[in-house]
Amino acid sequence: MNGSITPLAIFFASIFTGNILLTNYLGMCSFLSVSKELKTSTGLGVAVIFVMATTTPLNWLVYQHLLIPFGLEYLRFIVFIIVIAAFVQLTEMTIERYSEPLYQSLGIFLPLITVNCAILGVSLFMVIREYSFFTSFLFGLGSGIGWFIAIIAMAGIRQKLRTAKIPPGLEGPGITLIIAGFMAMAFMGFSGMIALS
Amino acid sequence: MAKSKLRKTFLEPLGKNNPVFVQILGICSTLAVTNKLQNTMVMVLGVMFTTALSSWTISLLRNHIPSRIRMMVETMVIATFVIIVDIVLKAFYPEMWKQLGPYVGLIITNCIIMGRIEAFALQNKPFLSLVDGLASGLGYAYVLLAIAFFRELLGTGSLWGYQILGSWWTNWSIMIMPPGGFFVLAIFIWVIRETIMKEEKA
Repeated sequence: MNGSITPLAIFFASIFTGNILLTNYLGMCSFLSVSKELKTSTGLGVAVIFVMATTTPLNWLVYQHLLIPFGLEYLRFIVFIIVIAAFVQLTEMTIERYSEPLYQSLGIFLPLITVNCAILGVSLFMVIREYSFFTSFLFGLGSGIGWFIAIIAMAGIRQKLRTAKIPPGLEGPGITLIIAGFMAMAFMGFSGMIALS
Repeated sequence: MAKSKLRKTFLEPLGKNNPVFVQILGICSTLAVTNKLQNTMVMVLGVMFTTALSSWTISLLRNHIPSRIRMMVETMVIATFVIIVDIVLKAFYPEMWKQLGPYVGLIITNCIIMGRIEAFALQNKPFLSLVDGLASGLGYAYVLLAIAFFRELLGTGSLWGYQILGSWWTNWSIMIMPPGGFFVLAIFIWVIRETIMKEEKA
């Protein structure tokens, strides 16, 4: 990795210019299906920040100290997903224990964090871009926050849209994708500030 | 009876139960790899291979998997096939492998695969599941190729890397950038839904 990008720059870049959702399209499935309401979106967004910020450095440790010494880099997909699944299970149990209504409203989507491509994607980017331990923590945290911002913004817009008249064929996913497109364009406005990788 | 079921299994994912524009699954890769036809082709082949074979494998094992840990088992099976795709790609097409970057690995989290296993392969016989997986992969493939066709043509004026449109053409660079993906997919879904709904009313 070239030394010119400081860890802090990576943190901000992963929130704005390299937003995991709007520039890399990761985590679209849950983004499209959960963003109907602000409250559930907040819950899922926080869960994603937590899982990303913890699993990315964890996967870094596993990759650098377990997979590389044994020459097992090609197993990283399986290993990463196991680490992530274990962590999601933990998050799920915590939420179930402390916030029953949130658990109810998230319903099926918590287990689906495991197959939220954004989480695995961040870990894979971390390997490809050869981040250090600290940087990968900041990258995970930043990406989580970026995802959170995107889904909150989308949920807010969709709540306003309820009263709007939309062509029937465009209702639901169609209009959401178009809004996401505009959001991506807005986020492109940040791109002059910091470049990621 | 058996034959009509097979037919239905094969045709549904291509049309009215399409994974991309009806069930809205697997959107991440739909958007991420469709800026070039070549990348898209490699990606859809990888996905078809994985959906078909993991549905088949899970269906073979369906009576032996304890339901509590079935997600874990499914993920493992999917990951195994994705690793095969990854290694093959890295060995024979290293350039392509570099361009696709993390998206090959992300086939694991492509919701279509998990969705078909959960919804179909756990209840059906191996061969039928294989057909279902393959058909879902096909349904995904043609949508992606259609989107990639428009994005590459409008964004760079070329197809499959060859220049098609002359020098008079001004590239719509927005098409190959992230927002373009969102817009093309949205328009695609819009058109399909309008036509399907029209048909159902008639």
